Amino acid sequence: MSAKTPKINDLSWMIGGPQGSGVDSSANAFARACAHAGLTVFGKREYYSNIKGEHSYFTVRARPGIVRSHIDETHLLATFDAETAFRHIREVCDDGAIVYDPALGKVKVSDIPTIEHRLKGELKTYLIARGAGETLDDMLTTAKQRGVTLIPIPYNDILEQIADEFHVDALSKIARMINMLAVGASMGAVGLDFNYAVRALSDVFRGRKATVDMNAAGARKAYDLGKTLAPDFGYRLEPVPRKEPRLFLTGSQAGALGKLYGGLRVQTYYPITPASDESEFLEANEVLDLDGHSLPEAEDSAIVKEKGASVLVVQTEDEIAAITMAIGAALAGARAATATSGPGFCLMMEGIGYASINEIPVVVTLYQRAGPSTGMPTRHEQGDLRFALHAGHGDSPRILLASGDFEEMIRDGLLAFNYAERYQMPVIHMVDKALANNSGTIPVPDLSDLRIDRGRLVADGNGFTADHPYHRFELGDNPVSPRAVIGQHGTLFWNTGDEHDETGHITEDPVLRDMMMEKREAKLELAAKEIPDSVKFHYFGAKDAQTVIVSWGSTKGPILDALDTLLAEKESVGFLQLRLLNPFPAEAVMKYLAKAKRRVNIEMNFGAQLGGLIRERTGVEPTHLVVKYNGRPMSNNEVHDAIKAIIKNQAPHRTVLTHGA
Amino acid sequence: MALEQVLKAADYATEVHNDWCPGCGDFGILRTVQMALAELKLDPYRVAMVSGIGCSAKTIHYIKTYGIHTLHGRVLPVAQGIKLANPNLEVIAVGGDGDGMGIGGAHFVNAGRRNLDMLYILYDNGVYGLTKGQASPTLKLGVQTKSLAHPNINEAVNPIWLALAAGATWVGRGYSYDVKHLKDLIVAGVRHQGYAFLDVLQPCPTYNDINTKEWYGGEDRADQNGGRPLPRVYKLETEGFDPVVKDPTDIEAKAKQALEKALEWGDRIPIGVFYNNEHVPDMGERIRQRIPTYFQRTPAEQRVAGPNGEPLTNVAKLFERLTVPPSA
Repeated sequence: MSAKTPKINDLSWMIGGPQGSGVDSSANAFARACAHAGLTVFGKREYYSNIKGEHSYFTVRARPGIVRSHIDETHLLATFDAETAFRHIREVCDDGAIVYDPALGKVKVSDIPTIEHRLKGELKTYLIARGAGETLDDMLTTAKQRGVTLIPIPYNDILEQIADEFHVDALSKIARMINMLAVGASMGAVGLDFNYAVRALSDVFRGRKATVDMNAAGARKAYDLGKTLAPDFGYRLEPVPRKEPRLFLTGSQAGALGKLYGGLRVQTYYPITPASDESEFLEANEVLDLDGHSLPEAEDSAIVKEKGASVLVVQTEDEIAAITMAIGAALAGARAATATSGPGFCLMMEGIGYASINEIPVVVTLYQRAGPSTGMPTRHEQGDLRFALHAGHGDSPRILLASGDFEEMIRDGLLAFNYAERYQMPVIHMVDKALANNSGTIPVPDLSDLRIDRGRLVADGNGFTADHPYHRFELGDNPVSPRAVIGQHGTLFWNTGDEHDETGHITEDPVLRDMMMEKREAKLELAAKEIPDSVKFHYFGAKDAQTVIVSWGSTKGPILDALDTLLAEKESVGFLQLRLLNPFPAEAVMKYLAKAKRRVNIEMNFGAQLGGLIRERTGVEPTHLVVKYNGRPMSNNEVHDAIKAIIKNQAPHRTVLTHGA
Repeated sequence: MALEQVLKAADYATEVHNDWCPGCGDFGILRTVQMALAELKLDPYRVAMVSGIGCSAKTIHYIKTYGIHTLHGRVLPVAQGIKLANPNLEVIAVGGDGDGMGIGGAHFVNAGRRNLDMLYILYDNGVYGLTKGQASPTLKLGVQTKSLAHPNINEAVNPIWLALAAGATWVGRGYSYDVKHLKDLIVAGVRHQGYAFLDVLQPCPTYNDINTKEWYGGEDRADQNGGRPLPRVYKLETEGFDPVVKDPTDIEAKAKQALEKALEWGDRIPIGVFYNNEHVPDMGERIRQRIPTYFQRTPAEQRVAGPNGEPLTNVAKLFERLTVPPSA
């Protein structure tokens, strides 16, 4: 509590509350305020599979420069219910602070039905060990004893004042704005100019002036209190000049944007967490603009310039229909995709095999979540690598592409279609819950290098006749046969789930079977040859590092943040991020991993699936495994500390990370 | 989509060897589909025939249009995917009763809700032929066809009822041995603006020894005087049955009489059009109300890339909406 030098612009802030109480919008407001002040923000959302009442929370990390992950510690915890304080106060660091409602001081931990029995027991033990009772006041006192600053905000009093000022007849009508009061108090405590809050509120409420004004008035009162009550708070935010704009988005939005830019025209889906957000964003933006500049069609240029493009989003009866309907759309010539999560992907197996044998370009965006079965529907995991690789019976070639951050999600949205069409096979775009629900600011990506590649298509006026008929699955030097679409003149073809001949009719001939199997698999070899290293993997950090981390997907964020620190600590560390997981970039793994003294495989699943795959495809075995499967994404410091222990030879072969509430 | 030159039914036939059992009811359906395509003057390149799995699903290999033989039960979502992506194509789905009423049941229900402008023909023979004669969802309770160890333990679904309940706006039933009548039904089903469902009674000579051609033809109950068979199948239209919904207030009455007629079985089995309602906008029209250029610039035919692969979809506005301006 002494007036030490404050830590400026390195803040981990958390807000929590019952689901349905506006936790997300308050976090959105706080993050946006920071973004308007020029800071980079990273947001992480945690919630239960529940509509109303269960606990959800949101952490925002704000720094200048780059931030790609969260940390375990919370510097400032904003609460407006007792549960959030009980659950998270122990995560607040000793020189941190908590915003809370003093009216809840007498609430006992045993009174809160939404706290699990196990956690209740743990909290009681914690309090008893400190000779404290089991009320929120007791919990706050123990926090204060270790140095935490208490910032009591009498939310109800502020609401009454606002009701008076804005002539609101019932307090219940404005009770919801309590979340923005918590934001206001937080901003007061960290001393960020209140104007940023007003801009953020205007963003969140999309300029609805009356709502913005009232929330701003309330937030201002809380802001002043926060400032007064925590004058010496050791974490401060200050605006930093930033000359370039930033994108502030979620991973779901990034996924949708990439698909749109990549020419998606039909998306099918069945509602499932955490994949549906992408489809909903697409549906809300179904009528698109088309850049007419390079189109030769003068006669209907008006249409081209106005509403010439559209994406059709279809909610299906199940995921079986989602994949098969997308297949139908692809056969007709549309760039078609579906998005799902584990349980839905389970239902898509047969369709994926069908697309594989019929060489149909279709994209499945797989938002992984904690399995098996329903698992933890709103929690994170990267548990479907093996599943996506082998989904379906028989040998059925497919491409697996894994994104590690928002920009990759955008780029891969386009690339997935390119590869699906170029190699005429299903592409499974691997993303996950953490990516989907994270939010944050990123530089506006430069996508100018991206081109759409529709692969080998049969041209119109193709010259096919009865004597010289089109063969959809022509066997020739190139394993990729020219693709026609339904409706095209001269190019009748047939598809069947059975093995087929060159025209697409059923065959059980053993020689043709071999040829068709080999044709399909040869496309995968071609993909392995043609897809550039810049897509297959990224390598970061020291060349010829002694310790090389290998991972895939959304662990990229915490690993890169940890790597920055490790390199600053002069450690010889590198990071191989694998992006193309099938065909497997074995050469890159050999090149970067084989020579390393320590080969650290990091991923969010129990079985270290990538580690096994690396061994299978290269014979190289990771010396260390770092895994996590509690449903909560890895943090910056968890990864850092795990690597550090490995470098110091203090870690076992397998480290299990367990942080997260 | 109509052709200039005249094609005959035979012109819609491929040279693929047909491996259905001799006497199979499927031949009648195949022949009538080809006749209907000719009568409708449909350009083979603008038609997609889509099928499920089983004997019936082989139909598409024998027809010279685009032909997509899908997975067991998945004929409707694939067919709908094609139609949704390119609403200007003619899409005809065919499949067996197990395919449509069993494994594909959820798709059957939801196709009705969508009311896409297409025809679905159900080959209804009460058995799973290609897997050697197990009971299908349309086999009546207690019936023991020859592969069954015991009489059928399940009640049958009524495809006509199910189609009406799901929202099909044209519902008919044909008999595969009445070729001309069946051809007229297929033509009418294709012409219907909306989702048309056609149940076709199609004897399986190998595994259904109960509902045979002879049984439908009434050869077991010959007229006592002349000895002529009294067919069980009769045509709705010959009895003055009017299935057409004149205006939306007429829907309830027309649906009720269709349901009532669909209960008839045994000695009198109605075929013909049970229900015909063109007062429900089809899904294409519903989409057009949201996406005005849907039919001119179909999802399948939209250009997505410029001459050098430049992505043409303009996402600038979306990016703009997600942009936080510079702070200084």
